Amino acid sequence: MSYEAPSRRLVLKAGLLAGGGLLLSLHLPRAARAAETPHGAEPAPFVPNAFIEVPPTGKIIFISPHTEAGQGIYTSTAMLMAEELYLGLDQIAIQPAPPDLAKYKDPLLGDQATGGSASTRADWLRLRQAAAAARIMLVGAAAARWHVDPAACQVARGVISHAGSGRTLTYGEVAGDAAGQKVPAHIPLKPASQFTLIGTSAPRLDTPAKVNGTAQFGIDTILPGMRIGTLAITPVRGGTVATMDIAAAHQVAGVHDIVVAPDKSAVAVFGDHMWAAKQGLAALNITWAPGPNGSVTTAALIDALDQASQHQGVIAKHTGNATGAISAAATKLDAVYQLPFLSHAPMEPLNCTLHIQPDQAEIWVGTQVPVRAQKAVATATGLPQDKVTVNNLYMGGAFGRRLDIDSIEIAAALAKQVSYPVKLVWTREEDTRHDYYRPYYYDRVSAGLDEHGKLVGWTHRVTGSSVMARWAPAGFVNGLDPDAVECAANTPYDVPAEFVDYVRHEPQGVGTGWWRGVGPTHNVFVVESFVDEIASAAKRDPVEFRRSMLQHNPRALAVLNLAAEKSGWGTPLPAGTGRGIEVQFAFGSYLSLVMEVSVTPQGEIVLKRAVVAVDCGSTINPDTVQAQIQGGLILGLGTALYDEITFADGAVRQSNFHDYRTLRMNETPVIEVYQIRNEEAPGGIGETGTAAAAPALANAIFAATGKRLRRMPFGAGQLVA
Amino acid sequence: MITLLVNGQPHQVNAPTDMPLLWVLRDILGMTGTKFGCGIAQCGACTVHVGGEPVRSCLYPVGLIGDKPVTTIEAIGSTPNGHKVQQAWIDHEVPQCGYCQSGQIMSATALLNQIPAPTDAEIDAAMSGNLCRCGTYVRIRAAIHAAAAG
Repeated sequence: MSYEAPSRRLVLKAGLLAGGGLLLSLHLPRAARAAETPHGAEPAPFVPNAFIEVPPTGKIIFISPHTEAGQGIYTSTAMLMAEELYLGLDQIAIQPAPPDLAKYKDPLLGDQATGGSASTRADWLRLRQAAAAARIMLVGAAAARWHVDPAACQVARGVISHAGSGRTLTYGEVAGDAAGQKVPAHIPLKPASQFTLIGTSAPRLDTPAKVNGTAQFGIDTILPGMRIGTLAITPVRGGTVATMDIAAAHQVAGVHDIVVAPDKSAVAVFGDHMWAAKQGLAALNITWAPGPNGSVTTAALIDALDQASQHQGVIAKHTGNATGAISAAATKLDAVYQLPFLSHAPMEPLNCTLHIQPDQAEIWVGTQVPVRAQKAVATATGLPQDKVTVNNLYMGGAFGRRLDIDSIEIAAALAKQVSYPVKLVWTREEDTRHDYYRPYYYDRVSAGLDEHGKLVGWTHRVTGSSVMARWAPAGFVNGLDPDAVECAANTPYDVPAEFVDYVRHEPQGVGTGWWRGVGPTHNVFVVESFVDEIASAAKRDPVEFRRSMLQHNPRALAVLNLAAEKSGWGTPLPAGTGRGIEVQFAFGSYLSLVMEVSVTPQGEIVLKRAVVAVDCGSTINPDTVQAQIQGGLILGLGTALYDEITFADGAVRQSNFHDYRTLRMNETPVIEVYQIRNEEAPGGIGETGTAAAAPALANAIFAATGKRLRRMPFGAGQLVA
Repeated sequence: MITLLVNGQPHQVNAPTDMPLLWVLRDILGMTGTKFGCGIAQCGACTVHVGGEPVRSCLYPVGLIGDKPVTTIEAIGSTPNGHKVQQAWIDHEVPQCGYCQSGQIMSATALLNQIPAPTDAEIDAAMSGNLCRCGTYVRIRAAIHAAAAG
């Protein structure tokens, strides 16, 4: 497995793909080819590659290598393939790919995974190539049947026609023949000027089912003979169950079985329905032995990070002599920025439905990592991996939570103890308290300005957990986590001397994981807040100061200028109201956000308006881009205002949406998104808005109040004198 | 046995009277369109109509329903406002992950049943109890205005 920081991986992959040539997966049919059809049987579908099946009749089937968590990837995937196959979206059905690393590995992530805003970047060329190859073979089959030149044939809505003779054949009618066609060595793609679907706001394929209750999420699985369970996990990581009242739980009507995880870290009750399971779990009155982490507190965790941050880490960027330039500078600035642990809190609580039998297992779950899910069940049950079937359903939000498979491991360890199918549903409280949290980051930054207010030196030390070292150890090389320094080691700015280093420090008793926006959500906050501080120290306008350092970065400059213009930057605002700006290059996309906020005399922050300018290069569906920025921004704003996970006696203190909040309708600002369209390589979009939210908000609060907030959440009384 | 009138159909349900309606719908009647989000009436994902009023079914004991009709996402589209709301949701591409949208649509339909042309403040008052982690609020607001106008 390989993993590279998104900035580098984008460049590498773009270069590789631009060189042309078939991608490996084009040579890997998903099922047996159609050539050997039993006499008299319905012909098998034509399966040119891992992503497409053409049955003799009915809809063409597209296999999406990425899974749907709300980001619109099923629609984008279908648009890419339908474009090259000259199909309408009404003529196709889309299915999630089964676990199969050889066929469906994301080339950017090195795993069959959906995350890192990587999907469109990964699929932009390979899915169009897959579809174009299929079309060439289908047209070739029709041309061969007619004894005409394929170049004399045309396709519209899946019907191949030969203008000279007026003959037509559907894709389905030549599916059997197409399997005999050679896989083309050269696959020309439509130029952007000929796109009819890509670049349009085509309706999402999943919307109709999501407005009438028929969309099937993992939690909606119902199997014959299934029981429903819920669980309690040790409140302190590493703890074990000490006592419980099994007899009392069995008194609850509808309770069937009480099972304990082999490592005693969790207890589940299986019953007729969730109510029985919940009542039974409460009746157990479980007490826990906390284990070695029972005295962990947030204060101690932060203190340990502070200590670790005193020492130099692994160098991520070193240009010029930054420390020398700063010590000789006319003006020096130092600051510490802190970002809290965060829970993912997808609206659909974690769940997994399993039927584990002696010789096979089947699970129904929404996961970002189907191969890891399959392996988790194989490991827990001792079954061979190929005896585990994974049914991947819609995810009711993920935000990185479903990149981990702990909930599937636990479910398998519990469900294997009974013979019937089980749906195991976490309560919101268990979901909040047993996450792989976004790491707490403790960042030290310093800068020097010359007498003209020009930035001459910049240092940034990131201290925090390495998610990469746990999740993708191959990407953690020589002690450097490329995600932890992403957008710190590669800011959009020209700075004469920079020094960026990383200190890995793992928090005691806390698991850490990917959270929407990953490295950029952390570092863009630190960098863009500190740039604002520097501009203020230099007595320069925040937009003008940024412009002066973006003269060699035209796309960053363009989004900055557009956001400033559309927001009315520089025009007067009422007292207590301010605008803050940020600009970023993350996930291959350029984005700038201006937030306008007011702060009441009581210190309440009111979000008034958000103006976004974005350049994500080639765009499949501009309405999806808009939606992702609107939503990503709202998640980021709510999180920046309200959210942190804290620990006392080793246990998470928050439990549900009342103390781990989400922005509500009445708190949501007006959001305007302006997109710069071009034909550059596509950038990721799902996480950009989330990364932009906190720095623009902090800078707006500074503009409104003169108070610099360097620690999230901002709404936690920091503005009250 | 409790008799429930759900979406116009009577159902005999073997459930304790303190069992929340949510679990009766999902786990006994197999109607999974109504969602579990928090269990403490903080998120609104479980919103259904009881006697025409929007309620959080995760805390609503089934024994309190009596003969009041229950309407869920599965049938709201056959009501005039429910249909308009669903169509507006499609036209404005409101859903992302979609998990909270059953509850959003039930709350929005109840709002329009009560106030045919709500102001932004009335939308805030009616909808701020429905959380969306994907952040679809901007479109929800636009879709409610469109449904009201249609």
